[in-house]
Amino acid sequence: MKPSPFEYHAPADLDEALDVLARVGPDGGKVLAGGQSLIPLLNMRLAAPAHLVDVNRVAGLDTVEAGPGGVRVGALARHAAVERSLPAAAVQPLLGQALRLVAHPVIRNRGTVVGSLVHADPSAELPAVLALLGGSVRLAHRGGERDVAAAEFFTGPMESDTAPGELAVSAFFPALPPRSGTAFHEVARRHGDYAMAGVAAAVTLDEDLRVTAARVACVSVGPVPMVVDVTAACGGSPVAAGGTGPDWDAAAAAVRDRIEPEDDIHATADYRRHLTGVLAVRALRGAADGAAADGVAAARAAGEGER
Amino acid sequence: MNHPITLTVNGVLREATVPARRLLSDCLRHDLGLTGTHVGCEHGVCGACTVLLDGEPVRSCLMFAVTADGHEITTVEGLAAADGTLSPVQRGFAECHGLQCGFCTPGFLCTVTAFLRENAAPTDEEVVEAISGNLCRCTGYQNIIKAVHRAAEIQAETQGGEAGR
Repeated sequence: MKPSPFEYHAPADLDEALDVLARVGPDGGKVLAGGQSLIPLLNMRLAAPAHLVDVNRVAGLDTVEAGPGGVRVGALARHAAVERSLPAAAVQPLLGQALRLVAHPVIRNRGTVVGSLVHADPSAELPAVLALLGGSVRLAHRGGERDVAAAEFFTGPMESDTAPGELAVSAFFPALPPRSGTAFHEVARRHGDYAMAGVAAAVTLDEDLRVTAARVACVSVGPVPMVVDVTAACGGSPVAAGGTGPDWDAAAAAVRDRIEPEDDIHATADYRRHLTGVLAVRALRGAADGAAADGVAAARAAGEGER
Repeated sequence: MNHPITLTVNGVLREATVPARRLLSDCLRHDLGLTGTHVGCEHGVCGACTVLLDGEPVRSCLMFAVTADGHEITTVEGLAAADGTLSPVQRGFAECHGLQCGFCTPGFLCTVTAFLRENAAPTDEEVVEAISGNLCRCTGYQNIIKAVHRAAEIQAETQGGEAGR
């Protein structure tokens, strides 16, 4: 239960970090940020990198920048800092909705959002959030950087499109259009554990409260976060209190057809499929209610503007 | 290769020379002789090794001592006053029988100390969420929840004095 020996590097700035990574990355050098997933792997000797590049001293990476277009989260922004950021919550509430489900408060004090994305655990919440929103990860290497869209970033279980020598310096979570809402629901054996199934949903409505866009991202039911567009399945009925509303059951059926759950010690594939359908309805309904409230708020703001 | 590090532990400047792979938990216990921090699972599940890093609770088994270089650590040994007077959280646990074997207690005390600093009058639900990352195999948690509420009361009574320690 102790890590095997490794050579330790603690660069003080980004240039130095990229230099070190260019040198040791090809030899299996790993980046250490929050360490809340990496250090358990090292302790259990499931991973034994020859080099560890500790980026905790790199200045300028702990940023959380919220603008009208979305939220950019730096590589050293801890889960807790993003969760507490009111500007981030105002621009993209799904971040806070997801972060509340990530492990425990103490883990969130240390773990980083970008680290969770690079770790690319298909059971983790943040990769699903990035995939659902169509966000991107910015990867820097010595002499340049590139942005990789979520759809290309997650390449397999615990695998991301991060090349040796690259450092994920930030991630961008786009905002949604007006009259949108989001929700994240999951079921875990114990609170804070990885979920047996979980669904993040984003719904956008038109002025008559009909669904114009509805998507879900599912965790723990495939090699990567499974994004399903259910806009067509929702039908044309408006979201209305007491009314029939959009056809959430048809949307859930579309989700169940698309996911690829597997049996493991925690749950059977059938059970995960069932749970995902139930959670999809719950998340879509919650997101639609949020979108309707968002629409009312927008209309009121517009009305006040006219006065 | 060993690395010289300097930590401020419970207000005292401490120096150690450690291999990079030395976990902060082991550094505190083996190199600095502070065995109050307990090591349970060593993969971040049990919460027994929780200490305060610059005032925030973190798992000391999920951090390398070299990463903590230059930072301030508070362990369970640093919660009571210099004269041995128990902190409000320690008193709450003692009064409410919030421990039996005591193995998990250092982690709970550190977690709850930081929690009550942020939320001086928590609800039951907030307490359960705050301690959700700490496992206790003896108490069944009910007395720990009571202890947290009692600690909040004691903290409020002594407000301005030792409150928030």
